[in-house]
Amino acid sequence: MDNSDSSQNTLVSVSNLTFSRGNKKIFDDISLNFERGKITAIMGPSGTGKTTLLKLIGGQLCPDKGSVKVDGKNVHVLRRAELYDLRKRMGMLFQSGALLTDMSVYDNVAFPLREHTKLPESMIRSIVLMKLQAVGLRGARHLMPNELSGGMARRIALARAIALDPMMILYDEPFTGQDPISMGVLVHLIKSLNNTLGLTSIIVSHDVHETSAIADYIYVIADGKVVDQGSPEHIRKSSSEWVQQFMNGTADGPVHFHYPAREYVDDLLSAGKRYH
Amino acid sequence: MVIELLQRLGSNTRDGFTKLGRGTRFLAQTIAGSVSVLPRPRLLLNQMYSVGVLSFLIISISGLFVGMVLGLQGYYILSDFGAEETLGVMVAASLVRELGPVVSALLFAGRAGSALTAEIGLMKATEQLSGMEMMAVDPIKRIISPRFLAGLLSMPLLAALFSTVGILGGQMVGSGLLGVDEGSYWAQMQAKLDFQDDIINGVIKSIVFGFVTTWIALFEGYDSIPTSEGVSRATTRTVVNSAFSILGLDFILTALMFGDD
Ligand SMILES: Nc1ncnc2c1ncn2[C@@H]1O[C@H](COP(=O)(O)OP(=O)(O)O)[C@@H](O)[C@H]1O
Ligand SMILES: [Mg+2]
Repeated sequence: MDNSDSSQNTLVSVSNLTFSRGNKKIFDDISLNFERGKITAIMGPSGTGKTTLLKLIGGQLCPDKGSVKVDGKNVHVLRRAELYDLRKRMGMLFQSGALLTDMSVYDNVAFPLREHTKLPESMIRSIVLMKLQAVGLRGARHLMPNELSGGMARRIALARAIALDPMMILYDEPFTGQDPISMGVLVHLIKSLNNTLGLTSIIVSHDVHETSAIADYIYVIADGKVVDQGSPEHIRKSSSEWVQQFMNGTADGPVHFHYPAREYVDDLLSAGKRYH
Repeated sequence: MVIELLQRLGSNTRDGFTKLGRGTRFLAQTIAGSVSVLPRPRLLLNQMYSVGVLSFLIISISGLFVGMVLGLQGYYILSDFGAEETLGVMVAASLVRELGPVVSALLFAGRAGSALTAEIGLMKATEQLSGMEMMAVDPIKRIISPRFLAGLLSMPLLAALFSTVGILGGQMVGSGLLGVDEGSYWAQMQAKLDFQDDIINGVIKSIVFGFVTTWIALFEGYDSIPTSEGVSRATTRTVVNSAFSILGLDFILTALMFGDD
């Protein structure tokens, strides 16, 4: 992708990023671009580092090599105050919701407003009710986080993420572990928020159908590399066997059902001779 | 065998030092963050309330029983010398100098300290701390510093509560049960107890214990491995490390304070 030409439209660009944890290389010279106003999905099996990628974009982790630019700013050279200013303009939806458990739903959504603005309580109330209305949970404002179902918790977290009217939202596995109805609600919500609020959305997910239904562009990653990228149609027709296996969810293929091990027969026969 | 043992010792020592380093850094950030708590006294008051409520009952009941036991034991010993009139001095000095600060700090570590570790550890495990960072809110300033200040300020108050209830307990047993003259219980205490030597030093001790215990509790939570097992281990470490620190520091402080006169 030509950076100079697309930089107008690119909100987030990840360039030649390398990141390791211990001896394990999680990303190996990976480059991704995220366009303004679009929903871009990053798909890949569990443990490939999707959450790690979001944390790199949010500046919670530092890359070994390469850079991440958000809205023209290199996230990892910013000073702390500048990074915090940038984060006020990005919302992140954690896999667990990450609601503050000692506060009601209302106070959770009001939290970023109270921390970052000096708005009077009456104004905060209007904003909180608007955001809760947008996710359809205005009536749940008195509940505590432990009284919410998983799907509701994620919608409340979403209301909190849009409280400060950010320019983009990062979603970590928004569909995982949801019942079909909550899943449908979330799919619809992400799409409509993106369009009505003019957001840029980055969705990290391994839920193939839901994600490809709303994404404008998809990156498929595995083993620290981009395996394929393009529109959902392009990915569905991908020539890569690996991508086909991932998209169709077949048990065996380039990714084996079995975790690497020595020969089954050897393993059985050697029982008792050695440790395990 | 020996080499393995040495290697283990070496790596444990190194881990200990890196942890001490992280803990010191954490403490510095916490103290620096405390400045931002000042304009928001509500954060501090809420935390003092919850620390206080957690510890109030256990501290007063324990104080009462310790005072009553001191009354009994003191009476048995002092009456041998015909000095039971000085029971008040003995009870009060033991409580104010030693038992008040030490026992209330141990109870504080077991009750409030472990609860703080579990709370912070669970906030970490459920990504609430990361979530705050992503909302551009510094969890040290917002979560840790108010709790640190609350622990620091509550500890002397709780120790004072412990000693006060203990002195009353000693009086109940001494004059109520064993017939020590009530007037001399209080008069002897007032005459012999020294404000500087006894009371101030006791308060200094409890401030030091509050500082160390709260630091350990918050750091263990913040540094815990974010799983259920990790948090439970961290909670245990808080209680054990706090107890060692309190007792060790008590020896050092006592030697410094009451050593030369
Ligand atoms: N805090 C951590 N310390 C060490 N390794 C980690 C940590 N978090 C994640 N990992 C490892 O990094 C890899 C990527 O994790 P993650 O980004 O959570 O994957 P995904 O979100 O795609 O499932 C995994 O192999 C995981 O074991
Ligand atoms: Mg993940």
